[in-house]
Amino acid sequence: MPGPNSIFLDEISLLLVWTAVGVYVLAFIAYAIDLARRSDLALKAKDQVVARELVTAGGGGVLDTSAGAPASGPSFTDKPRYLWARMGTALTALAFLFHLAATVLRGLAAGRVPWSNMYEFALTGLLLIVMVYLISLTRYDLRFLGSFISGLAIVLLGGATLAYHVDVTPLADPLKSVWLVIHVFVAILATSLFALAFGLSVVQLLQTRRERKLIGAPVEAAGRRSFLRTLPSADALESLAYRFAIIGFIFWTFTLIAGAIWANDAWGRFWGFDTKEVWTFVIWVLYAGYIHARATRGWRGTRSAWLSIIGFSAVLFNFTIVNVFFKGLHAYSGLTQ
Amino acid sequence: MTEPTDGVLRPSDHADSAAPSDGGDDITQPRLGPVGWMRWGWRQLTSMRTALVLLLLLAIAAVPGSIVPQRSADPNGVTQYFTDNPDLAPVLDKLSMFDVYTSPWFSAIYILLFISLIGCVLPRTKHHWKALRSQPPRTPARLGRLDDHRDVTVTVPEGQDAAAVAAAAVESAAAQLKKSGYRVARYDGRGSFSVSAERGYLRETGNLVFHAALVGVLIAVGVGGGFTYTGQRVLVEGQAFANSLLDYSSFNPGRFVSGDTLTPYSMTLDKFDVNYVAPGQPGGGQAGDFVAHMTTQAPGGSPQDGDIRVNHPLDVQGDRVYLLGNGYAPTVTIRNAQGEEVFHDSVAFLPQDANMTSLGVIKVADGMPEQLGLIGFFYPTMNVLDSGALTSTYGALEYPVLTLRVYAGDLGIDDGTPRSVYTLDPSNMQQLAGGDSGTPALRLMPGETQDLPNGLGTITFDNAAPAGASGYDGSVKRFVSLSIHRDLAGPWVLAFALLALFGLLAALFVPRRRMWVKATPRGGTVHLEYAGLARGEDPTLAAAVDQMVEKHRGSLPAESASTDPSRPDTGKVD
Ligand code: HEM
Repeated sequence: MPGPNSIFLDEISLLLVWTAVGVYVLAFIAYAIDLARRSDLALKAKDQVVARELVTAGGGGVLDTSAGAPASGPSFTDKPRYLWARMGTALTALAFLFHLAATVLRGLAAGRVPWSNMYEFALTGLLLIVMVYLISLTRYDLRFLGSFISGLAIVLLGGATLAYHVDVTPLADPLKSVWLVIHVFVAILATSLFALAFGLSVVQLLQTRRERKLIGAPVEAAGRRSFLRTLPSADALESLAYRFAIIGFIFWTFTLIAGAIWANDAWGRFWGFDTKEVWTFVIWVLYAGYIHARATRGWRGTRSAWLSIIGFSAVLFNFTIVNVFFKGLHAYSGLTQ
Repeated sequence: MTEPTDGVLRPSDHADSAAPSDGGDDITQPRLGPVGWMRWGWRQLTSMRTALVLLLLLAIAAVPGSIVPQRSADPNGVTQYFTDNPDLAPVLDKLSMFDVYTSPWFSAIYILLFISLIGCVLPRTKHHWKALRSQPPRTPARLGRLDDHRDVTVTVPEGQDAAAVAAAAVESAAAQLKKSGYRVARYDGRGSFSVSAERGYLRETGNLVFHAALVGVLIAVGVGGGFTYTGQRVLVEGQAFANSLLDYSSFNPGRFVSGDTLTPYSMTLDKFDVNYVAPGQPGGGQAGDFVAHMTTQAPGGSPQDGDIRVNHPLDVQGDRVYLLGNGYAPTVTIRNAQGEEVFHDSVAFLPQDANMTSLGVIKVADGMPEQLGLIGFFYPTMNVLDSGALTSTYGALEYPVLTLRVYAGDLGIDDGTPRSVYTLDPSNMQQLAGGDSGTPALRLMPGETQDLPNGLGTITFDNAAPAGASGYDGSVKRFVSLSIHRDLAGPWVLAFALLALFGLLAALFVPRRRMWVKATPRGGTVHLEYAGLARGEDPTLAAAVDQMVEKHRGSLPAESASTDPSRPDTGKVD
């Protein structure tokens, strides 16, 4: 139940949300400058080596991705000292703290978990996306995704706060369930991992294009300025995208099962092809397709990357368009129709 | 440097399979006999590419069902759609767009997918079964060609035999690998000693379990659904229900359910409770904490209390009882001009908005000069809008008012046509009160009695509260609509789904790899080689080889161990 201070707490929470968005903007700028400057910092020589290796390897695709470090390009575990990237990360971490405080306060204001309407989904969802990103940074140098992650946070968190913020109200009965805590939280977690996989797949596509151009190209062309030169090879990007996607897929599978259990408690059937159920299923099947694609000759690489991108687009579509505009039993956006 | 994946059977177009020399298996070979064609077709159907395309088709095919209303989930939406799009709707209906998930095209996709799946999984299972009881393969002659390999050269201590040191080193490596869960085999000879080890069979097992469990889910849904039934029933406070076909207002049995073998039990709605958030609070007026207090009784058993809440159905004799809806059921008594009671009942009024403005119908078939129909609006907290229309501004009983329009004539219920108890067809009736009839609609509060128009008699809105109650609390009874389910599919579906989840965890995260340790005595030294090979995704292979070397070092002649620092971290292209 919302406590007597709930309106006051929510106001502070909102203030923190906007502070976080502001700091995310700064982080975004720092990351963007980093990407712009990277090509200058990269060593020309390195690229020439890469070009030679790719040529000897006979057109790419023969490199065994399972072989630990990729044959070309920097790896994820190298951590060069990109000054602007470090600033971006520091700012992201700071924004994350504001964001976290905002989310916790919203939960306190509501007296329950802060993910039971559109605004709160966005609040907690982006918090987890940023969190998964920051945690991943301790293992892999993914700072080239920083502008994507902070950009996502700015657009979605800012947008959701402007468009969907609602005052704290008591939970509707159907939402009073442990499954709200479990099912929705795991879904958000899966989404965060899919988001990172998506970012990596996009970069993978860019990198593939660059690598293709590199093969057989004169060395001067290979020296063209691009931040991509400082990033791992397309193969390595693909492997990492896959790793994030399969963990996301496990969580999504669990989301599907937990959702069915909840539906069985709430509505007396575990599956009814309700709008939201359809989309959860579609996303699941898309990612199953992605996993298959990566294991299929002729689909590995570019095509499977596209499936990862389509999969995450479906996730975003499910969260935004389906929640707001589609009719169904899951009408819990908290917005009055 | 991918070697053909022996040990795991994969469809021929799997990324890890050896590339076919003729450049693709979809090149049509000329002159295939019928058997050849069937074989070719089967290979196509069970290929990775087909599975992939069918999966993507399945995803696409599922989408229309979220855009167009479905008969199964939203029958009223379908009716509405036909009204709104009279031209488009019949065309869509021809394409099964309102029954996407039972449509021929959707079924075709998933049936093909599952045939493909079974055709894919069966041979792999057989193959895996054999692999599970075979030895790890012979140690490759040149371990140095593998991506993940390390070299260590050990100086043999004075007075020891190099061959003996090499043999002991391999023996301890074998023991170490066995302890880490590898299956090991020794391959000595040609001047060297070696152990070949393999682990992670669980990966393939998990994959097979996952795919098989999906088949299980499908079968459980299909077969279990046939033994499942659902039924609906509205109960007013104080009313009882007996679990027999007669007592249901609607009943949807699965194919194999017989209506006269329902588990006998009865249940009574004792009381229904709901809380409203007070006006002025955040979420003011919102209803919550719905709970139906029930008494249930099995034949020969003693009565038991049980509550039904949203998200918490009540288990009765293996059935689950769900709370679907609730509302007010005003109790009305009607007497004719002679003062005889011709109607006395609590009538469920269907809520029309969040503040429980409710609509209901009362039908008096006998005892009056003509049949009588009344359309009533009930407002738990009545207020008057600026337009003069009545409305309810709060869901609880603060100022309950019942208004009724009265019709006389033919109710249309005598010819046997089924009529909903919630609607009145006034086409063969004359309006006596309300609307344009010239007589105002009747308006009553609990406990009040009024005359019916045309001297037909009287109508009483009974106060249901116990004597001495204050205010209007409890003055109008509540009803609940219950949904009663027997679901035999559910537990099986859940079991298979969880099995699939565990299978998936193993299939995705158990690393499957081979390890080799080879020791070659060379005069006063022993050359040790360690190598690992991933079978499928294995991001931690390099670390595992390092760890192996690190741990094995302890068992080597200590003072003289010297590690070759040239750890190659790029694929040697030689
Ligand atoms: C209902 C349809 C299907 C779904 C939802 C599905 C889903 C999945 C998933 C999630 C994986 C990844 C887990 C793992 O690696 O074990 C996988 C792997 C696999 N599936 Fe399926 N699958 C389906 C049908 C099929 C069919 C019809 C085939 C046969 C052509 C097939 C062959 C495989 C193979 C060979 C792998 C291993 C891929 C690898 O080596 O990484 N699957 N499948």
